[in-house]
Amino acid sequence: MPKHELILLKNMMQAGYTGSLQDYERASGYQALRKVVGKVPPAEVTAMVMKSGLRGRGGAGFPTGVKWGFLPKGYQGPRYLCCNADESEPGTFKDRQLIERDPHQILEGIVLACYAIGAETAYIYIRGEFVLGARILERAIAEARTAGYIGTNILGTGITANVWVHRGAGAYICGEETALLESLEGKRGLPRVKPPFPATHGLYNKPTVVNNVETLANLPYIVGRGPEWFASIGSPPKSTGTRVFCVSGHVKRPGNYEVPMGVTFRELIYEEAGGMRSDKPLKAFIPGGASAPFLTQNHLDVKLDFESVAAAGSMLGSGGVTVMEEGTDMVWAALRLMEFF
Amino acid sequence: MLKEKYQKEIDDIISRYPVKRSALIPLLYLAQQEEGFVSETAMKEIAGLLRLTPPQVYETATFYTMLNLKRVGKFHLQVCKSLMCGLAGSDTVMGWVKTKLGIRPGETTSDGLFTLSMVECLAACGTAPMMQVNEDYYERLTEDRFDRILADLKEQGTCSLKTGPFMWPEPVAVKGEK
Repeated sequence: MPKHELILLKNMMQAGYTGSLQDYERASGYQALRKVVGKVPPAEVTAMVMKSGLRGRGGAGFPTGVKWGFLPKGYQGPRYLCCNADESEPGTFKDRQLIERDPHQILEGIVLACYAIGAETAYIYIRGEFVLGARILERAIAEARTAGYIGTNILGTGITANVWVHRGAGAYICGEETALLESLEGKRGLPRVKPPFPATHGLYNKPTVVNNVETLANLPYIVGRGPEWFASIGSPPKSTGTRVFCVSGHVKRPGNYEVPMGVTFRELIYEEAGGMRSDKPLKAFIPGGASAPFLTQNHLDVKLDFESVAAAGSMLGSGGVTVMEEGTDMVWAALRLMEFF
Repeated sequence: MLKEKYQKEIDDIISRYPVKRSALIPLLYLAQQEEGFVSETAMKEIAGLLRLTPPQVYETATFYTMLNLKRVGKFHLQVCKSLMCGLAGSDTVMGWVKTKLGIRPGETTSDGLFTLSMVECLAACGTAPMMQVNEDYYERLTEDRFDRILADLKEQGTCSLKTGPFMWPEPVAVKGEK
């Protein structure tokens, strides 16, 4: 039984939850959308996100509300939202769980984001290997469209938000936002020079916001339960909310664990993930994805938030925590990571 | 010709984007689904459909690892070799393929059934070691499971051991929740 209150993994942890529209609505899904679309000014939704302190969950941790605020004011043409579902960072597998087990949560977040930024079209750029995930999302979009949550005239408000699934075709670099946009445009996934940023010159050179799956999945809860509630969880003011951390490697129970930011690595590895898989002690662990410097036994009491891990000489990154036991060859491990890049 | 068989799908795909070129990867996938790989003929046809030059189609097709410009075996075994699967024994899996099928990464069995590729992280690090065969994931591989998968694929073209949706942690009823 989880020790901390779950937000993103809560629905899917209920026995019998299938992720269908019916199940999601029964779990109070789409209430946030009903509360806000056509009733609350879009700028207020952005203000809520800013107040919540939500930071990007893809790896860079950029404040989401601030990113949305970079869109040009008074601009009248098309804007786009891209959901970055290109999860390819080694050791990271949280977005896949969110997509496959609770797709409507993500869709509600996408429509809320579209409403806030004035985008009528959203593309979910999902890595090509996630064939099942793409199918599940397509099915969920069809359900949501029938129910009036996606499409033209959402819930009778006259507001439009169309959501399309766009599959990638195998390229880690397409997780980088500008390479993602190039790929969406049908080109090779070569990153662009920044500035200009996607907020002003994004998809088809139009104002665009690219957000990670987990970032968007938080929106229904920020809007539904209020930004103050969200900001009270975790390590306010800099690292608010929960995060879904992915524990892999030499632990008893590898998997995804949602905990408030600020919990220690010791708690995540030894309590949530059951500790080391054998009697061999911990030698090293990666705190946040393949480009994060390794940490050791001495760092187990470091907190899982952006600032603490940076202060320890590494990065919180994508949330992929990989544990290595005594006996693991560090040179081999480093070589494997280098081969990835 | 893709156009004859898939006109409706093609129109639907193109209609999702304000700029035609965005339909390129979806159409390349369609061609691959039809022929098993992306042929030059298909690329030329797609260029015509999207008003692109053939080199523009080719330059995109060559960038992405999942678009095969040459035929692969009926079952493309894509074993993850990233560090996290490495820690859980992906090298052992590669060894099984070498012993049982006699092929190394990049090779295809002589009967054309199995091709082996070592690929990078497939976002299944909690259920390692694992592999993707064509569209399906097979997680938590053991030697017994692996033997069964190869046998089933050879005999029936599919295997019930394929995994998904995401299986771990298993759901538990949370006390006090309705």
